[in-house]
Amino acid sequence: MAAHLKKRVYEEFTKVVQQQQEEIATKKLRLTKPSKSAALHIDLCKATSPADALQYLLQFARKPVEAESVEGVVRILLEHYYKENDPSVRLKIASLLGLLSKTAGFSPDCIMDDAINILQNEKSHQVLAQLLDTLLAIGTKLPENQAIQMRLVDVACKHLTDTSHGVRNKCLQLLGNLGSLEKSVTKDAEGLAARDVQKIIGDYFSDQDPRVRTAAIKAMLQLHERGLKLHQTIYNQACKLLSDDYEQVRSAAVQLIWVVSQLYPESIVPIPSSNEEIRLVDDAFGKICHMVSDGSWVVRVQAAKLLRKRTAHERAKELYSSGEFSSGRKWGDDAPKEEVDTGAVNLIESGACGAFVHGLEDEMYEVRIAAVEALCMLAQSSPSFAEKCLDFLVDMFNDEIEEVRLQSIHTMRKISNNITLREDQLDTVLAVLEDSSRDIREALHELLCCTNVSTKEGIHLALVELLKNLTKYPTDRDSIWKCLKFLGSRHPTLVLPLVPELLSTHPFFDTAEPDMDDPAYIAVLVLIFNAAKTCPTMPALFSDHTFRHYAYLRDSLSHLVPALRLPGRKLVSSAVSPSIISQEDPSQQFLQQSLERVYSLQHLDPQGAQELLEFTIRDLQRLGELQSELAGVADFSATYLRCQLLLIKALQEKLWNVAAPLYLKQSDLASAAAKQIMEETYKMEFMYSGVENKQVVIIHHMRLQAKALQLIVTARTTRGLDPLFGMCEKFLQEVDFFQRYFIADLPHLQDSFVDKLLDLMPRLMTSKPAEVVKILQTMLRQSAFLHLPLPEQIHKASATIIEPAGESDNPLRFTSGLVVALDVDATLEHVQDPQNTVKVQVLYPDGQAQMIHPKPADFRNPGPGRHRLITQVYLSHTAWTEACQVEVRLLLAYNSSARIPKCPWMEGGEVSPQVETSIEGTIPFSKPVKVYIMPKPARR
Amino acid sequence: MPEIRVTPLGAGQDVGRSCILVSIAGKNVMLDCGMHMGFNDDRRFPDFSYITQNGRLTDFLDCVIISHFHLDHCGALPYFSEMVGYDGPIYMTHPTQAICPILLEDYRKIAVDKKGEANFFTSQMIKDCMKKVVAVHLHQTVQVDDELEIKAYYAGHVLGAAMFQIKVGSESVVYTGDYNMTPDRHLGAAWIDKCRPNLLITESTYATTIRDSKRCRERDFLKKVHETVERGGKVLIPVFALGRAQELCILLETFWERMNLKVPIYFSTGLTEKANHYYKLFIPWTNQKIRKTFVQRNMFEFKHIKAFDRAFADNPGPMVVFATPGMLHAGQSLQIFRKWAGNEKNMVIMPGYCVQGTVGHKILSGQRKLEMEGRQVLEVKMQVEYMSFSAHADAKGIMQLVGQAEPESVLLVHGEAKKMEFLKQKIEQELRVSCYMPANGETVTLPTSPSIPVGISLGLLKREMAQGLLPEAKKPRLLHGTLIMKDSNFRLVSSEQALKELGLAEHQLRFTCRVHLHDTRKEQEMALRVYSHLKSVLKDHCVQHLPDGSVTVESILIQAAAPSEDPGTKVLLVSWTYQDEELGSFLTSLLKKGLPQAPS
Repeated sequence: MAAHLKKRVYEEFTKVVQQQQEEIATKKLRLTKPSKSAALHIDLCKATSPADALQYLLQFARKPVEAESVEGVVRILLEHYYKENDPSVRLKIASLLGLLSKTAGFSPDCIMDDAINILQNEKSHQVLAQLLDTLLAIGTKLPENQAIQMRLVDVACKHLTDTSHGVRNKCLQLLGNLGSLEKSVTKDAEGLAARDVQKIIGDYFSDQDPRVRTAAIKAMLQLHERGLKLHQTIYNQACKLLSDDYEQVRSAAVQLIWVVSQLYPESIVPIPSSNEEIRLVDDAFGKICHMVSDGSWVVRVQAAKLLRKRTAHERAKELYSSGEFSSGRKWGDDAPKEEVDTGAVNLIESGACGAFVHGLEDEMYEVRIAAVEALCMLAQSSPSFAEKCLDFLVDMFNDEIEEVRLQSIHTMRKISNNITLREDQLDTVLAVLEDSSRDIREALHELLCCTNVSTKEGIHLALVELLKNLTKYPTDRDSIWKCLKFLGSRHPTLVLPLVPELLSTHPFFDTAEPDMDDPAYIAVLVLIFNAAKTCPTMPALFSDHTFRHYAYLRDSLSHLVPALRLPGRKLVSSAVSPSIISQEDPSQQFLQQSLERVYSLQHLDPQGAQELLEFTIRDLQRLGELQSELAGVADFSATYLRCQLLLIKALQEKLWNVAAPLYLKQSDLASAAAKQIMEETYKMEFMYSGVENKQVVIIHHMRLQAKALQLIVTARTTRGLDPLFGMCEKFLQEVDFFQRYFIADLPHLQDSFVDKLLDLMPRLMTSKPAEVVKILQTMLRQSAFLHLPLPEQIHKASATIIEPAGESDNPLRFTSGLVVALDVDATLEHVQDPQNTVKVQVLYPDGQAQMIHPKPADFRNPGPGRHRLITQVYLSHTAWTEACQVEVRLLLAYNSSARIPKCPWMEGGEVSPQVETSIEGTIPFSKPVKVYIMPKPARR
Repeated sequence: MPEIRVTPLGAGQDVGRSCILVSIAGKNVMLDCGMHMGFNDDRRFPDFSYITQNGRLTDFLDCVIISHFHLDHCGALPYFSEMVGYDGPIYMTHPTQAICPILLEDYRKIAVDKKGEANFFTSQMIKDCMKKVVAVHLHQTVQVDDELEIKAYYAGHVLGAAMFQIKVGSESVVYTGDYNMTPDRHLGAAWIDKCRPNLLITESTYATTIRDSKRCRERDFLKKVHETVERGGKVLIPVFALGRAQELCILLETFWERMNLKVPIYFSTGLTEKANHYYKLFIPWTNQKIRKTFVQRNMFEFKHIKAFDRAFADNPGPMVVFATPGMLHAGQSLQIFRKWAGNEKNMVIMPGYCVQGTVGHKILSGQRKLEMEGRQVLEVKMQVEYMSFSAHADAKGIMQLVGQAEPESVLLVHGEAKKMEFLKQKIEQELRVSCYMPANGETVTLPTSPSIPVGISLGLLKREMAQGLLPEAKKPRLLHGTLIMKDSNFRLVSSEQALKELGLAEHQLRFTCRVHLHDTRKEQEMALRVYSHLKSVLKDHCVQHLPDGSVTVESILIQAAAPSEDPGTKVLLVSWTYQDEELGSFLTSLLKKGLPQAPS
């Protein structure tokens, strides 16, 4: 009972104390940061067991450390290290040391001595390896300091004889990364004799542990990457490693061989088992070819990748010669030849025979893709090889894996300048047009755009197949038209004899006029008109309606139909085209002028300013519509001006004149304006590609003004002070952030809102909310309009949903509670990093909204600045009585803290990586498409 | 001298009835048990009487291994186990175990029902035989008995085909069966690790061929089929029910789907359905593509390919028919061939190897008039095409496999003698591996030097390690110890421990030697001089002058004595133990040279 009483008394007592503390807290606005090192020290001293200490360290590692306090933390860690008996804790400390020494702005040379020191007394192999890793981090941080590098290399050499593979690995890594490049060692490092790093590393090529062998080769490659010339003797050593038992060793050795062969291409090496000698580069090539048929696919991929890097290609022919062996294509062909010349070249030894054939037929598609890429590289550099490999490439169009097919079509496109397709090859190529995969078909269209066809039959064949494709997959329409455009303009003379047949004209009789809306007919016309452009005799073959159709198509599909020089007709388009060119300059000028006009905003009365802004915005918008090249700039500046206009309008509101705070909803306009400005600034920041830092400052500044406006409006319309405290504090924090992020740009913001605000900052910090609001209000009115510098290249992100088209009247039926997949196909322009930013939104009629994150693999990149999203959206809903429309649209998700110049230690490191990638808000950037759906109740 | 003996009972310099006997470290293993397609008499089965004239086969063979389900590798199995009599274990992979009985039953039906052969194995015998089978997984090490172990590797070729490693102690043999180094539409490529066997027994069907791209063969095949069908002709593709047939089916199926063709494709008899069923089941044995996509669609569920009925052969209009067997030697394929051979619009495509003596072999060699049973003469007007789809490794593939496994020697089977000769030369020349190619009944004997594992006591190892530097990889080191052989295991222990274990007393072996020196001085003085001399020469040894006048260097004792007869000469007695032999002999030779003159 007594105890119970005592507890209650105690409770009451603590309650009182808490209240007192609360009061104090409300007065304080200052945020203090506890010292990192001190906290860590306390934690570590508190730790009673190694597991405890490890926990503390792990927690500590989650938070970043500022550059200033790194050294202190390092000292604490080292101090604890000496005392610690448990290897796992020492390991963690060692790894922390490495991480800390990577901190930007911290020079780790001061901790190197300690690190080397503890290394010498360390017994645990794992900790040793970690310490060496730390040293590596330190060493790479100080690339100029020769003495330190020498010392580290020395340490590494000393530990190379360690029994643990981990330690040897790290030593070799250290040697590879820090081994001296220059033989001429600076004077201050006299005590340490320059070591022959290559020799030392080379000795470990025959280490008993495969992991160490791999590390040795990698270290050697590292030396090469750092610019050290490898000795030729390494070649022989590396060749031995090609027959190593372990795949990772072989894989690395192949790389090394390639590197050496590029260094000493012309030196001569003997062919084993004969008196002949060949150039090293040829020998290496043969060896790499041999590795294409290695037992491990990892090695095969590596070898196939290296094949493409080959520069000398004349020997590529020999890849297909199979010498004394028969090809096995004909029956009875494989009877052994009578005289077998024993001195014949060792084809298999040199490995060159059929390396590509092997690579292309490999079981693993990874190898096949690498081989196709290699083919592509070689073919691009050598026309004769391109011709040879054509058959093989065409064969790859029938691969069972789509990725490989796609890759080979792309490859073919890349080399198509060098080649002309034979009819039978074209036949095989065209057969792929029936592929059910859209990517394949479109890639093939692209390929046909730039293919050379040799005969008119070929053209006809291509046209027929493309039309077949069109009827089978009507969605390919645009792609096919484009393809025919190029096909026509490339082969005018081949199209000419086909024209009567294609247009089905008859020498004596008039034929029926074809349907102008038929996509197939349009396709034929696109082919013919583009051919006619460079073939003046062709229009003579046209019938009357063809000319009419020409005029129609020239207007409706001007990007596909060129201007033609038609007999008896004026070149209508020729008058237009020069005018476009001459207009370019004035429009640029016009843009500049209208933007300059806005400078005078400052000196105008509010009414005048509003008007000026209004018509400037109107001008800009119109300009953007007319000139597509300037659309980005015009839209961008118009949006900015609109923000300014909204701000001015909001400040003009009558409500400011009323002295007493208004608690009514009369300030709708002002708060709406604030909200809209915020939205517009987000659009400006995230919807345009090419926005530079100087624009970001202005945008953020505008947003800050909007926030200030919001604060004022809230202060005026809400009763009570409590929410205001929080808002004020938040706003001041924002100002603080702004100052920190853009400290470099502040000089450019003279006389601006933030400039004035920062002057008054100390006062604001201590003021009451009401006072803060008052100050803000006057400052908003007085602040100058900031001029927005225009970026070089700016494009507005846009998206068009191709599919679903939203035209269908047939609802998509599905059982409620189950899902239905909706194919979404959209093109995105000028979207940066679409994988992370683009989302799909589905709005149901009941207002329910669903956001879908497409997979990264759903985005394809067909050209610079262009992306294509092809994905499936899963819809589901409870039952409806009748079919209804859902809206599908694309959203651009943004997160302003991720965009800000990286300053991860900013908020005391509270930002976890998850927060950084999270979505702060979204901007819709495509027209919504309506899809008719009909969830039916499930039948029982 | 231990040795490995190999005797092919079949497939020695020949294709068909694969059957190879291997004796390794006292264990006898039979690899494959096949029949020959070319013969209908006794020659079709291997001559099992070679193994033993009287007495049971089970006593002579430790196990039988079947590499895959083709009849030339397993066709004689029921005859061997049930009629000749063998009760030991038979090893094969799971797919082989599943499919093998179907093929045997089919073979039995043709032989007994069609040809009316008597004294052939029965269905019940097939069942009994399959009961003796032990199925193995890939890469699973199976202990046949305490010493013999076998392990299967993927071989491609047909579903479930495997290469087998047979290992006793440190000696091993790898038998490849039939294998394929290039993947095809439904199977992957053979793979083996660097197991370094003593002997690699490999097939060599395509010993002289290096095949070109498989893709263009596929394309040619499709083109030929397509053209014939468009002309309105019929295409006959004789296949073995399993293996190539499935590959070609997948090929045609996808092509039909892509080109949207409506011409019917038939696959003969109900056998297929059963077989395809197994293909659907054993997805892990197929290639990367099928393995990865079977969740969406099992590639072996054909849409365009239907079962064949005998009446269909007379249907008008184009069609494609897969019919068994593959060499046109019997059965349905031969029947259809007879019906269609007269029309030049039709085509027969031979997708694989044909053994001499079969109809397939005859028409491929250009024979246009065939003598059939009953003295009929059949004129062949239809087109005959050969498309090598046979899934055997080509010369390069064989060399590649040899390179992968790194055997000490290679033995070629399952190929024609002339071609083998060529490949043998190539292998010996380029891979520097000895190569054999025995004929049937001929025995190859390979001496081996098996390594014998010896256990070493940790104490001894550590002691030796402490003395020298760290052991360097791949370099021999000298070590002193005692080898104890006990209960057929070997141990290396220190000599003290060996003595203790064996309960023996240690004997000391000492060498003594007299060295005569001319010296007139006293013995004491003499000893002193010897001491100072040795001290100056042997700087890093412990040289001591004992109070009794003798000198010791390590454990070597030197005493000076004066023989009574001649005062002018002194005798030095040198004595050392066996362990210090080296130092002792050095000392005597040193002392024999005499002492340096005192600096007096």
